[in-house]
Amino acid sequence: MPDTLVLDRPLPIAEARYNSTAWLGVLCLIATEGSLFAYLLFSYAYAVAQHGADFLPTLRPSFAYSLPGSVVLVSSSFVAMWGERGIRADRRGQALVGLGGAAAMGALFVVLELLEWRSESFTLSSRAYGSFFFTITGFHMAHVVVGVACLTAVTAWSALGYFGPRRHAHVANAVTYWHFVDVVWVFVFTAFYLAPYIA
Amino acid sequence: MTMTRGLGWEDARIPEQARLADGHPGARLDAIWEGEAGVRGWFSTVDHKVIGIRYIVTAFVFLVLGGLEALVMRVQLAGPDRHLLTPEAYNQLFTMHGLTMIFLYASPVLTGFSNYLWPLLLGSRDMAFPRLNAFSYWVYIASGLFLYSGFVVGHGPNDGWFNYVPFAQRAYSPGVNIDIYALGLILLGISTTAGAANFVVTFLRTRAPGMSINRVPIMVWGTLTASVANLLAVPSVSLAFFLLWLDRQFGTHFYDGSGGQPLLWQHLFWLFGHPWVYAIVLPAMGMVSDALPVFCRRPLVGYTAVALGTVGTMALGFGVWVHHMFATGIPNLGLALFSGASLVITIPSAVAVFAWTATLWTGRPVVTTAFLFFASMIILFVIGGVSGVMTASAAVDWQLTDTYFVVAHIHYVLIGINVFPVVGAIYYWFPKMTGRLLDERLGQWNFWVMFVGFNAGFLPMHTLGLLGMPRRIYAYPAGMGWDTQNLIVSLGSGMFAVGVLLLLVNVVVSLRRGRVAGADPWGAPTLEWSTPSPPPVYNFAVIPIVASRHPLWEDALDESDGRSRLTDGLLLDHGRETIGTSPLDGEPDLILELPGDSLAPVTLSGGMALLGIGATYRLWWLAAIGAGTIVVALADWYWPRRSHIGADMAIAHA
Repeated sequence: MPDTLVLDRPLPIAEARYNSTAWLGVLCLIATEGSLFAYLLFSYAYAVAQHGADFLPTLRPSFAYSLPGSVVLVSSSFVAMWGERGIRADRRGQALVGLGGAAAMGALFVVLELLEWRSESFTLSSRAYGSFFFTITGFHMAHVVVGVACLTAVTAWSALGYFGPRRHAHVANAVTYWHFVDVVWVFVFTAFYLAPYIA
Repeated sequence: MTMTRGLGWEDARIPEQARLADGHPGARLDAIWEGEAGVRGWFSTVDHKVIGIRYIVTAFVFLVLGGLEALVMRVQLAGPDRHLLTPEAYNQLFTMHGLTMIFLYASPVLTGFSNYLWPLLLGSRDMAFPRLNAFSYWVYIASGLFLYSGFVVGHGPNDGWFNYVPFAQRAYSPGVNIDIYALGLILLGISTTAGAANFVVTFLRTRAPGMSINRVPIMVWGTLTASVANLLAVPSVSLAFFLLWLDRQFGTHFYDGSGGQPLLWQHLFWLFGHPWVYAIVLPAMGMVSDALPVFCRRPLVGYTAVALGTVGTMALGFGVWVHHMFATGIPNLGLALFSGASLVITIPSAVAVFAWTATLWTGRPVVTTAFLFFASMIILFVIGGVSGVMTASAAVDWQLTDTYFVVAHIHYVLIGINVFPVVGAIYYWFPKMTGRLLDERLGQWNFWVMFVGFNAGFLPMHTLGLLGMPRRIYAYPAGMGWDTQNLIVSLGSGMFAVGVLLLLVNVVVSLRRGRVAGADPWGAPTLEWSTPSPPPVYNFAVIPIVASRHPLWEDALDESDGRSRLTDGLLLDHGRETIGTSPLDGEPDLILELPGDSLAPVTLSGGMALLGIGATYRLWWLAAIGAGTIVVALADWYWPRRSHIGADMAIAHA
């Protein structure tokens, strides 16, 4: 507790970026969504532990689509970050390319993932492994779609001039969420694509 | 950390200070904060006080419904071999009773009190996210109606409130009953999560200047702790129900034996369920910690210990879920670990009991109705706690699981630590909400009828359980030695219901004819009592500056030299504004602009309800309309406002 409160200094009115309540709200969203994925991966691990190696398909997972998809998705985080810097530095071109580019990379990831889905030998209901695989990657894909929609919206709003160096809480929120979606993928990718090789 | 770095002057201003004696600034604030009138205003309001009262009233409607369901069951069980209800009807009744009380009453009623009280306790003008607040209410009522829609047409959930597989699977329960439960609870989970995020950010950012974290009322600690837990725990049950729905509708194999695992349901359900138990008692315990001392005319003994005990209970609460599963054949190491954790959790959870007892012992109790409800809750807490810790022993649990002993335990915990504090809180805060006091004479009758009825109704359940009466049976044969006690239980629960009825009568009568309360009828220490009763829409004409834990008792207690400033403080009248403060110390570092009334929350909730109904009945076109509505409402919600930016630039330049 400070001894004296300073009440006569200028306080920012704008919720500029990371001091906004909305951004703290996004952190709460990430906490709860992160828990959701933790419970999903727990369920998968629990099923594997209960049934042993028989649970996994005999064919090991392919990297044909998943590896390029992973590279695209993880690098899109950095592109989005670069776009956010464009807003902060009042370089609208950089902002549009960065945020719009990240959205496009997210869309490309979805396409690659859908191609991957088509190539699988199992379905959602053919066996328990398929139920877990499609549900968990599907949950993640739904989050990617939401993230792409958010990035597209902030790109459009940036183009319309709603944001500037002072006010861009929306952009910070969308980009933070996007980082989260990408980090979750690292866990999903590890669980479904890398772990079977280690086992 | 300085928040002003990199910001130019045009985005900042020194908050003006004003003194109430210099001419009341209320008129200008009224104009800024007053919501729309009429039907549109009814649906668009974001006033936390309106939303809080709606939450409480709605939760009480569900309490009455759940109570009526229980009474019908008690008529059935009053004697042996009674067949008023068919087994199927009984199954739906006990399931609806459980899910109503636990999901639609116990948590929402506390959310209602916290919604109403938080900004008033914290010295703020609204929650951090007023529209999200409205949204969480609308989704709550939508999920409640949705969950009851099946029951009304005879297809209610019928597998008990914890809905174990395999019975909940389609092969054994082919109707729409369980699907309604599954999707209804996912909807309710969205409401709970939105509310929880709102409380967390409100706590971090909107406390009055000077209100450091060791100066917030215990009730705030209780709701904050429950909210953090909800953020982490609710996804587990939402996921459990979603996977069940996939199993039922799309042939997945999460819970069947062919690669899936039926016990996965129990893990996911109780991973959520046990933290949830604490989420629906900790805020109520917080209300007792704040209000009981007022009637003991002294501060709570052991504030810091109680706050830490609250948080500690919740933390341990995440590690005890398997004690609901002791009889499922899990390995001995698991039994030992979770049994030990369940014993240890009594330590932080009992801290408050000792603090309340010491407060009573060293205080000068004023025996009002509210006091009686709060003080008697200590006894009920101890009974419920002891029966709980008994079943923490795996060996005892094997003997008692699925008997009426467990039914007695859960009711002592939920009625003792939720309903009794809530009724006490109604007597305590009703004057603040309405400007009138509840009748004390009727109140004493209300208390004693409820207290005697409750104990007559639920104490014998312990011995019934010890005598081997299983729970969830729709009838029992004569000659088991259960008849007399069951009759007492039924009579007691009827008496308890009469007690609840007396409360409702008191509320209706006192709303019209109750004594006018004034701002602070109890001589209480916290900020809400510094506002008029009922408070104006903006709560505080000036934002107070807080110097201690008991801003209204500073002269009496004389704990420190500093004095809180309640009649002069920050004006903040350039729009719907409140002060943003730093998370730990409560230092002002931001002027928060709050959004006005909006129809987006109710529209978004409507879209979600349509999506749920469409998914239940596989009307995919309806689900698509719901999804479209959601997108439109979200776009409206988040669309940045250019005019708004211009307006505050103009103010800054003026």
